[in-house]
Amino acid sequence: MKYITEYRNKNLSRKIADKINNALKGYKGKISLMEVCGTHTHSIFRSGIMSLLSDKIEHLSGPGCPVCVTPNKYIDTAIAYSRLPEVIITTFGDMIKVPGSSSSLEKEKAGGGKVKIVYSPLESLEIARSNPEKKIIFLGVGFETTAPLVASTILTANEKKIKNFFVLSGHKLIPPAMMALLESGEIKIDGFICPGHVSTIIGETPYYPIVKKFGIPSVIVGFEPIDILEGIEMLVRQIAENEKPKVENQYKRVVRSEGNEKALSLIDKVFEVKDSVWRGLGLLPKSGLYIKKAYSEFDAQKKINVEIEKTKTHAKCICGKVLCGTKKPYECELYGKSCTPENPIGPCMVSSEGTCAAYYKFKK
Amino acid sequence: MCLAIPMKLVKIEGNKGIVELSGVKKEVSLDLLGEVEIGDYLIIHAGFAIEKLNEEEAKKTLAIWEEIGTLQKQ
Repeated sequence: MKYITEYRNKNLSRKIADKINNALKGYKGKISLMEVCGTHTHSIFRSGIMSLLSDKIEHLSGPGCPVCVTPNKYIDTAIAYSRLPEVIITTFGDMIKVPGSSSSLEKEKAGGGKVKIVYSPLESLEIARSNPEKKIIFLGVGFETTAPLVASTILTANEKKIKNFFVLSGHKLIPPAMMALLESGEIKIDGFICPGHVSTIIGETPYYPIVKKFGIPSVIVGFEPIDILEGIEMLVRQIAENEKPKVENQYKRVVRSEGNEKALSLIDKVFEVKDSVWRGLGLLPKSGLYIKKAYSEFDAQKKINVEIEKTKTHAKCICGKVLCGTKKPYECELYGKSCTPENPIGPCMVSSEGTCAAYYKFKK
Repeated sequence: MCLAIPMKLVKIEGNKGIVELSGVKKEVSLDLLGEVEIGDYLIIHAGFAIEKLNEEEAKKTLAIWEEIGTLQKQ
């Protein structure tokens, strides 16, 4: 596969790992590097690259799994909608197993609720066309990578005058979450492995405040083993060699410094930025995307009333702490016992991007 | 959710494109991109092309590391 195989070359991986380990020879202490992307979490575990690196490097997973950071109230709202006879829920597959306060979309589906898994939000428009008597609600969950797709889908629905399509927007922005983790002071982070595809959309600029305010090196990194190792090498160079902290871009073959302006303009056209609740992090200022008034006819929350049950969270699930990097999955008493990917209690075990699922799959 | 494998653009029909990887073809929206040409490698996310791969940059990254390897051997 072109532009893939080359980035999985084992000899090259060793070369980069050697360079990192050499740079750390005289370094005293540990370096904690956090990735904020579920795809990075899984790529790091699957490739086993950490085993090539000095134990002075500690790898932390942050709030980079969209399904995981979505709070129970959102899931309960989606579940309540699925119980309305006139509604069909459309969603990416990893949402359906996520437990809400007392049910999940999967359970509702088994009980007759109408929930359809889609690969692309655009499929919701086809479902809307072939079910004119129904209201189709797409679950808009995801970061800056997904938000422009949903914005584009809303604009298409508007243009084609599709009146029975709605979005329940739970979209969130990554840089405010990174800032919140640093502001909390609860965890030592020496460098950020910034998410490749979020950065494809937003470019380099949104990370500047992280470097300016906290002096934390931030490197945009791709997803193959060579990419991640090269990204770590860039971070280690900044940290161990006392370079001035900066934003660097390892994934230049995909990420332009200005980002994808067309995608950004679609986000800006359809969504407005407001405060948003994250699992584990709580209410973060200016961290969520909500549908603007001009497109409110597509906003499920504005157009379709529903009663939501009182939100409950599992007393023992530590998913929130795992998302902040303050606890490891195996520190949870449910992990691998009553909570497994087949029977998940918390969202971090559900999603293919979740940290608990990655630990379970690759480490046990 | 992110699929990091670049797929080759083999057909363009208005704002839709057909991309291919190892014989598997897929229709994607080109709404988020500027100009594209047949033969471009695209990054796909949930039915949309979100960026065009810059082949020059792709080669550069690998070439730098190859060079470091050669120098170390000397």
